[in-house]
Amino acid sequence: MSLLSRLPQLVIYGIISGSIISLGAIGLSLTYGILNFSNFAHGDIMALGAFLALAFLLLLRGLGMSENIFYPLSFGLPMVISFLLAMAATAGIAIFIDRILYSRLRKTGPVTLLVAAVGVAFFLRNIIQFIWGPQPQYYIKEIQIAWKIPFLGIRIKPDEIFIIIVAALLVVFLHLFLQKTRMGKAMRASADNITLARVCGINTERVIMWTWGIGTALAAAGGILAGIENKFITPNFGWDMLLPIFAAVILGGVGSPYGALLGGMVIGLSGELSTLFISTAYKPAVAFIIMVVMLLIRPRGILGGK
Amino acid sequence: MEFFVGILNYLVFFAITAGIYAILSLGLNIQWGYTGLFNIGIAGFFAVGAYTSALLCGPPPGPMDWRIIGGFQLPFVVGLLGAAAACGIIALLIGIPVLRLKEDYLAIATLGIAEVIRLILKNESWLTNSVWGLKHIPSPWQVPIQGKIFAFLKTHPLLPAWLQSFISNGYNWFFLALVLLTLGLIYWVSEKSIRSPWGRVLRAIREDEVVAGASGKNVFFFKMQSLVIGAMIMGIAGGFYAHYVKFIDANTFEPLYGTFLIWVMLIAGGSGNSKGAILGSFVIWGVWAGTDLITAYLALSGVRAASLRIIAIGIMLEVILLKRPQGMLGEEKRVSKMF
Amino acid sequence: MSLLKAVNIKVGYGETEILHGVSMEVNEREIVCVIGPNGAGKSTLMKAILGLLKPSQGEIIFDGDDITSLASEQRVRRGICYVPQSENIFPSLTVEENLEMGAFTSQDDYRVRMKEVYHIFPDLKETRKQKVRKLSGGQRQMVAIGRALMLNPKIILLDEPSAGLAPRLVKLIFDRIVLINHSGTAILMVEQNARQALGLSHKGYVLVMGRNRFEDSGQALLENEEVGRLYLGG
Ligand SMILES: Nc1ncnc2c1ncn2[C@@H]1O[C@H](COP(=O)(O)OP(=O)(O)O)[C@@H](O)[C@H]1O
Ligand SMILES: [Mg+2]
Repeated sequence: MSLLSRLPQLVIYGIISGSIISLGAIGLSLTYGILNFSNFAHGDIMALGAFLALAFLLLLRGLGMSENIFYPLSFGLPMVISFLLAMAATAGIAIFIDRILYSRLRKTGPVTLLVAAVGVAFFLRNIIQFIWGPQPQYYIKEIQIAWKIPFLGIRIKPDEIFIIIVAALLVVFLHLFLQKTRMGKAMRASADNITLARVCGINTERVIMWTWGIGTALAAAGGILAGIENKFITPNFGWDMLLPIFAAVILGGVGSPYGALLGGMVIGLSGELSTLFISTAYKPAVAFIIMVVMLLIRPRGILGGK
Repeated sequence: MEFFVGILNYLVFFAITAGIYAILSLGLNIQWGYTGLFNIGIAGFFAVGAYTSALLCGPPPGPMDWRIIGGFQLPFVVGLLGAAAACGIIALLIGIPVLRLKEDYLAIATLGIAEVIRLILKNESWLTNSVWGLKHIPSPWQVPIQGKIFAFLKTHPLLPAWLQSFISNGYNWFFLALVLLTLGLIYWVSEKSIRSPWGRVLRAIREDEVVAGASGKNVFFFKMQSLVIGAMIMGIAGGFYAHYVKFIDANTFEPLYGTFLIWVMLIAGGSGNSKGAILGSFVIWGVWAGTDLITAYLALSGVRAASLRIIAIGIMLEVILLKRPQGMLGEEKRVSKMF
Repeated sequence: MSLLKAVNIKVGYGETEILHGVSMEVNEREIVCVIGPNGAGKSTLMKAILGLLKPSQGEIIFDGDDITSLASEQRVRRGICYVPQSENIFPSLTVEENLEMGAFTSQDDYRVRMKEVYHIFPDLKETRKQKVRKLSGGQRQMVAIGRALMLNPKIILLDEPSAGLAPRLVKLIFDRIVLINHSGTAILMVEQNARQALGLSHKGYVLVMGRNRFEDSGQALLENEEVGRLYLGG
């Protein structure tokens, strides 16, 4: 096939993976904005979300809940419920980790937090691996037939349309939350200047908990959507996501959730489009190269940021 | 007696591995302990060191190999120097874009380079032989030493079994001596340098980059030196590793566990303290090997066992950070003026 | 009636002590001004009063209660609001959102109070939908002060409110401070434009190297020959 004729299809793939990367990157950016530290466990939080969804799914199936597929999607109500439960559970676990670990280390400064986060990353990944082993796990085993879109020569599965819509909805919800609610505004204020937020009488510890909750729930959603797209999840998935989500955050401007969205899309698209020119094996490196180039020419990112 | 020699032989093996880890920890100590540089791509440097030295000193490609270059059969020392140089160059290239920025950027850049290195090891089979790996990497002076040992054992067939077993392990003792010698040398240089004006600038940068910069120090340049030197030391450790195990492939360098373990070693021992780095390496490697026994006892499968050990080490790291952030030894108090 | 009293405060950053036993008092409805050379510890005093720094010794009495051990948030709720010397606004929030954040702890509808703030700073009303990052220095200062007024505090701590502003704006800010004071709010401010500030203050303190040096009515300090020579630039 000629390069050009592959283009529309790759754009579609790029948007799908961009949606997933964005959800991870937005959460990372939110926690960075307020806590001023890079959460190296964020990729593994995505994997945690994906595996929690699997756990809930197995549980619901075990309880005898019928699959009743939402045609044309490949899954039914149990998956949807598991999705929501997993988002909530991931948020809960992240807040718990913050309470017992990060909150106590905050006084000692951001670099200690970095080390602690690396520890958490390994901890989470290996908990997952301990429970499920290294083999891929499946939400749904059936193969879904892609729809052909005439003229453009694009093939897209209904599940993939679902992924894009869900990601878009989550971004819209986040936007409304940040712009319209008191807690959302307090989060943006704390990201601007946490000392001043405290001076205003804002309970910044609560803001931090909300930030963890929302950021990691979005990460979980990203992880689950990736599981739906790839059809399987592995414990190493979080590690594979780490570079793309960091690249997205840096590209968009550190600490800016809107930048992270944009950055995620750029990384997703360029990863897919790169396969026109270089071996697919190096797709993961593309994010890194874009990131380094960005750091060289404009370290503050496209949208400014901190 | 034989049992005792068996343990002793194991301890030699243990000490060689721990010693190589200790060299890595010393490298990280220069970067993180002295200067506050956050490198989480240690495994990448380690791998580059191992491959460079293996390609320089190893045999030419065999008929079954994919790789088409390497195998210059150069002396061991040249291999180590090459390993150090390759890592130094990579560190330099990473440092250029990120060392002027906040420490997080270096972290993510080192992570990225480690990932790129992993992809290259896996995919560029003309250079790395991919998953088939590099075989028959020579251990330094092994042929003559082993030859002498065998000759000796042949001429003294009546020695008791335990003594034979002890003597036949002689080469490992020699290798251990090489490792410890190198470790000692790096320790000595690193202690000397941290007490020098150069070392004081590094620590000043770690404490407060802005102040250090304001007093006219070229912060970027000093950080770069620290990053490059630390990486070169890691490369040397990689070289030792390759020549010890004789076979490396793309899967040898699980990018993370190595990196993680070394961080835990340095933090447990005491960042900023070379003795701590060495002590931490031996202790944590001991814990690591010890947990192996426990998981073996629990009869867990390989992967699960490894996971359980990492979980345990992960919890240990967090507990150290919470309860004793200065590590076992803490940073040595030095009589020093800032500038 | 004494509103705020700091008694023999010792406080610093980490190991270094900056204030070595500073005392001061603000009565209800007063304007009190603290002057002194750079690095004297004026900002440090403000932070200690708000509870951003914990004194190693001394106490802070507000409205008759000892508040030394209260968290900043609780002090804010009791009616002490603070405008830091720098970084005193949320740049990526709009003017209106900045004001809303000022009223974060209040249960009442912040819009009522916002109208009153717009009354004091009409400029802000016109720019209310704009991000504060885009505003001029004078407007930012108004946002900062306006934000602190949102809780209708009993006292407002202003750290160098006129710093870096053009003379015309300095006068405007001081006018507004007097206006705010007339509506019943006590004011404790640190100022580098010391003459102007003392001119409108009921009382003034001169702080030097972490210790009280002079204390008198604003007018008396202006007329004090030594203060004039050393701290008011001749
Ligand atoms: N965050 C800080 N950490 C350490 N020292 C500080 C900090 N802020 C101020 N200082 C020091 O405290 C002293 C008093 O500062 P400050 O209260 O800001 O003085 P002023 O407001 O009177 O100019 C100065 O020597 C300053 O260097
Ligand atoms: Mg000041």
